[in-house]
Amino acid sequence: MKTTARTWQDVKTHRKSAIPEGLWLRCPGCAKMVYRKHLEANLHVCPECSHHYRIGAAERVKQLADPDSFQAMFTELAPTDPLKFKDLKGYKDRLLAEQVKTGAIDAIKAGRCFIKGREAMLCSLDLTFMMGSMGSVVGETITRAIEEATRTQLPLIIVSCSGGARMQESGLSLMQMAKTSAALARYDDAGGLFISVLTDPTTGGVTASFAMLGDVILAEPQALIGFAGPRVIQQTIRQELPEGFQRSEFLLKCGMVDRVVARGQLRNEIGRLIDYSGR
Amino acid sequence: MSSFYRLEFEKPVLELEKRIEASETRLTEAATANPPGEGTGSPEVESLRSEVDRLKQDRHRLLTDLYSDLSPWNTVRVARHPLRPQTRDYIDMICRDFAELHGDRRFGEDPALVTGFARIGPIKCMVIGHQKGRDTQEKLACHFGCAHPEGYRKALLKMQLAEKFNVPIVTLVDTPGAYPGLGAEQRGQAEAIAVNLREMSRLRVPIVSVVIGEGGSGGALGIAVADRVAMLQCSWYSVISPEGCAAILWKEANEQTNSAAAKALKLTARDNLELGIVDDVIPEPVGGAHRDPKTTAENLRQWIVSRVQQLRQIDADTLVRQRYERFRKLGQYTEQAESAGNPA
Ligand SMILES: [Zn+2]
Repeated sequence: MKTTARTWQDVKTHRKSAIPEGLWLRCPGCAKMVYRKHLEANLHVCPECSHHYRIGAAERVKQLADPDSFQAMFTELAPTDPLKFKDLKGYKDRLLAEQVKTGAIDAIKAGRCFIKGREAMLCSLDLTFMMGSMGSVVGETITRAIEEATRTQLPLIIVSCSGGARMQESGLSLMQMAKTSAALARYDDAGGLFISVLTDPTTGGVTASFAMLGDVILAEPQALIGFAGPRVIQQTIRQELPEGFQRSEFLLKCGMVDRVVARGQLRNEIGRLIDYSGR
Repeated sequence: MSSFYRLEFEKPVLELEKRIEASETRLTEAATANPPGEGTGSPEVESLRSEVDRLKQDRHRLLTDLYSDLSPWNTVRVARHPLRPQTRDYIDMICRDFAELHGDRRFGEDPALVTGFARIGPIKCMVIGHQKGRDTQEKLACHFGCAHPEGYRKALLKMQLAEKFNVPIVTLVDTPGAYPGLGAEQRGQAEAIAVNLREMSRLRVPIVSVVIGEGGSGGALGIAVADRVAMLQCSWYSVISPEGCAAILWKEANEQTNSAAAKALKLTARDNLELGIVDDVIPEPVGGAHRDPKTTAENLRQWIVSRVQQLRQIDADTLVRQRYERFRKLGQYTEQAESAGNPA
């Protein structure tokens, strides 16, 4: 089942991008005009300044999994509106609008795949769907993926990007934190390898549950990673936040992540970590 | 006494309270002027006495009405009442021989989480609870009940100590949320909570948790992965505070949006019971825990003792498996036909 390492030239032809339409875009990192095709060919990383653009789950899976190896699982899970939640807009309507906008059912993709020839269970949160927030479907999908990885003794890779727990499912969202973490305890008992990949942004209830429970925690450069959002912290302490606060490099210095890894190196890193774990 | 009446919805009670006070004063005066003879008191004294009784009955009825149908937002207010009993108050009222244990052995001591061995009725246990603080000094030290990572790590360390000696764990939840600050982030607030969730799920001793006031999000859950979870009748438990939710989803937090958010979040004890998030609601006396801490503490004590004794009958493997299943089933979703990949 070993597949040859693909080149990024192979995938650039069939990529759907989360980036707004247009041939040229202004990079938020260096303010230079970047040719869209170049950006896509470069894994949505600015060729000039290495700014890592935010990408959706479909793109993430495409980038990480060996070509055509990803087999989606748990796609039958769909969100409901258990609390009949209504703010300025009803949750039901919000869900439908997000589903139409993204073509996805909720903010996660999960499935088995090969990464550089190593079989693994891969999950990616989807920032394009309600800010990657975790409600019942995200929590259940991740839990099932962990349980499946436990059963099949596969390495587990979860790519996080999320605004946190989904408010519209309130207490049920909160309970997904306990549910996923408990599933990871069993996976840990079974000797599984969990590689948690933190990307921009990973905050709130996602950080405070499975995302920070990796046996190895990798972070993409410059990703915002934290428990509380910067705005909330600023309002609480009433002082300016230091430069680079809550960015990947800051977390590395604080001892909170193992490695900061550029997007182009993620597959290599995951591959060799799986090899080191003997899984 | 005035701090009893800070709650806006209790204004009518304050009015009654004033009338009761006035009548009682007049009664005392009348009784002094007409000292009781060999028979009954004077007609004036008798009528004043019955007036006071009637007013007190009115007050009781009014409080019963007000508290039997508290709006979610008013529930949040009661849960935050400055005189509402806190962890240390309950420890004083229901625990004997409390042996407080400090420190996380890593960074420091966080007074926002109180931990220690205690005896409650016939049981020995490890008590873990958020403390908001009573006076200004304690409030500041406790960050108003917002614990730092060292608090969560200390809690876990003491829970693991309890596990080592097969001592059951009792946690009391009362926090607006884990502390959002520079040091908390630097020292891994998210990691500390996450590790607690994972480790609590596999502790091999009984764990019971009660939300006694505020159950604010991950900071609450960080000590509440338990075999049995209860809420005091006027406490709240949710993924975010009403103000936080209103600020994000309603774009601003004010009286009206806070109230709407509190309602939408289904944060009351009854709501959480219906959602299966908690197993029991522990009743509070008429007018809330702050009016009668002793009765509240007694209700709390009874629940803790009965649940711990039940859980004591279960062997450790089964206990841990049932705890897993308790949280495993939480969440609501539909399972569509496998082919239904397209939501449109
Ligand atoms: Zn750039």
